[in-house]
Amino acid sequence: MSARGAPGDPLARFAVSPARRRKDAFARAGVLAGAGIAVLPLLLIVYYLLSKGLSAWSISFFTTDPTGNTFFGSANIGGIKSAILGTIEIVALASAISIPIGICVAVWLVEYGRGSWFAQTVRFFVDVLTGVPSILFGLFIYIVLIVGTGTTYAGYKGSLALSLLMLPIVIRSAEVVLVLVPAALRESALALGAPRWRVIARVVLPTALPGMLTGMLLAVARAAGETAPLLFTAAYAQQTSFDLGGFMNSLPVQIYKDVTSPTTAVVNRAWGAALTLVVMILLLNVLARLIARRSRIA
Amino acid sequence: MDPAGRSELDAGAERAGRADADQSRQHAGASASERTGAGGASVAVAPAPSASGKNGLEPRSGPTVRLERLRAFYGESEQLKGVDLEFGANEVTAIIGPSGCGKSTLVRCINRMHEEIPGARAEGRVLLDSFDVYDPTVDVVAVRRAIGMVFQKPNPFPTMSVFDNAAAGLRLSAGRRGDVRAKAEQALRSAGLWGEVSERLHEPGVGLSGGQQQRLCIARSLAVDPEVILMDEPCSALDPIATLRIEELIEQLKTRVTIVIVTHNMQQAARVADRTAFMLDGQLVEVGPTEEIFTNPSDPRTEEYVTGKFG
Repeated sequence: MSARGAPGDPLARFAVSPARRRKDAFARAGVLAGAGIAVLPLLLIVYYLLSKGLSAWSISFFTTDPTGNTFFGSANIGGIKSAILGTIEIVALASAISIPIGICVAVWLVEYGRGSWFAQTVRFFVDVLTGVPSILFGLFIYIVLIVGTGTTYAGYKGSLALSLLMLPIVIRSAEVVLVLVPAALRESALALGAPRWRVIARVVLPTALPGMLTGMLLAVARAAGETAPLLFTAAYAQQTSFDLGGFMNSLPVQIYKDVTSPTTAVVNRAWGAALTLVVMILLLNVLARLIARRSRIA
Repeated sequence: MDPAGRSELDAGAERAGRADADQSRQHAGASASERTGAGGASVAVAPAPSASGKNGLEPRSGPTVRLERLRAFYGESEQLKGVDLEFGANEVTAIIGPSGCGKSTLVRCINRMHEEIPGARAEGRVLLDSFDVYDPTVDVVAVRRAIGMVFQKPNPFPTMSVFDNAAAGLRLSAGRRGDVRAKAEQALRSAGLWGEVSERLHEPGVGLSGGQQQRLCIARSLAVDPEVILMDEPCSALDPIATLRIEELIEQLKTRVTIVIVTHNMQQAARVADRTAFMLDGQLVEVGPTEEIFTNPSDPRTEEYVTGKFG
């Protein structure tokens, strides 16, 4: 674009003043710098994870349980098989608990209770729960189910703590998607002479399903990475276990235990486990996005 | 449930059952005279049986619908201020009036969809023949099976195929279903859609054109065999050719059901309706044969509206 403001130029009064140009450049630089500062730690984390974690990956890393031999540098320290399986088991049970309950609550909030003061109260408390630090869920289950009953740590108790964590996320995301289902759809189903529950089960929920799946997968991804609730509930175990009634290993707890060890190999294993966890969560997120793309409303 | 109420609905279902039997006789290739003769007990002579038997529609006497002192409220505000109106059996009645006069509220009160809006309620009586739809012992769901509704914007269910949409009314509603496949096919034929979709029954319903989608919605309502069909501006989202096809369909359907159509378009009312009612500010101003309302209305407000001075 040619420079305006040359003497005799009839459009000179529309030219951009130098002061404005400076302000524009300043603002652009500032915003770009802000974005850079925000992205930089993320890039550093990814870089460290990859550089330190990839070296720990091997076949035996994924197929052997951690042994307890962490004090001698040459000893076989094992892999993280029990941690991976434990995370999968605990999170699967937590999902099985929180997802059906969460969807029921969201359906009630949107379809039956809309406008009532009780619905507003429930929504308020759900919002509060989203902000509760995850360690409090662990402590709650610890006090009620471990100290209160006099029994010991168990995998299912960890699942309970995680399901409490997932519940508000599932409710909120399901509610958002259900509200997006057009009212006209419900109306035309009702006008056919359908009882309300059938309208919800056969028309509303199938329409909202892709969007709700996204929300559920994100809740699962969040729960998979939480350490604090599991420290006081599922505790730690080395052996692969399929018994949710006993102690159970999980990736976050394994990382927690390994990362402060003086043995380098153990610390490397912690990095490998962290990378594994991040890859698992990344895959879940990608899956959630692919499903959302196929969604018809959200 | 009130025994009197149950018997009225059963009577309606019996009529429908006899009509189904008539249809199967027709499929067996019975002659025209045999049709009307054999089904004579259940079939009254319709005013203009020009389309009897077309699209497989068996003529049937519809009910008269009568509104008595009907009032409708949204919270505290009164939208319908006491309407007394009668819709004749096997007739098409159009309701015209400016925006906000309460036309849509009126029809939504007939099949009790009005009360689905939070805070909305209705008072008065809506009589299907002699059966009050607002009777406290009545099951709302059963009422909506007998009184079908077609909305302004075509809305086939997005997760279902064309066939599933036509069968949706049968599968969703409570109560006995019968042969779903046959009924869905018959409904698609009655809506004049079978020829166009018989090759693509399992494609998504939303893949059809606007006019086809609206006819699919009409087929969906027809599948549950209603006695009355309410139409809330069914053609306002469609192009003129699609509109014409639906108006032809209405002409065929009235041999079997009573039809109430809300329309913004006065030419449409003139083309399609036997009687027309003019509403203003939640009140019925005038009702009468369509010809009279448009050429020689008795109320000055009606005259102003139909000549286009407002609205």
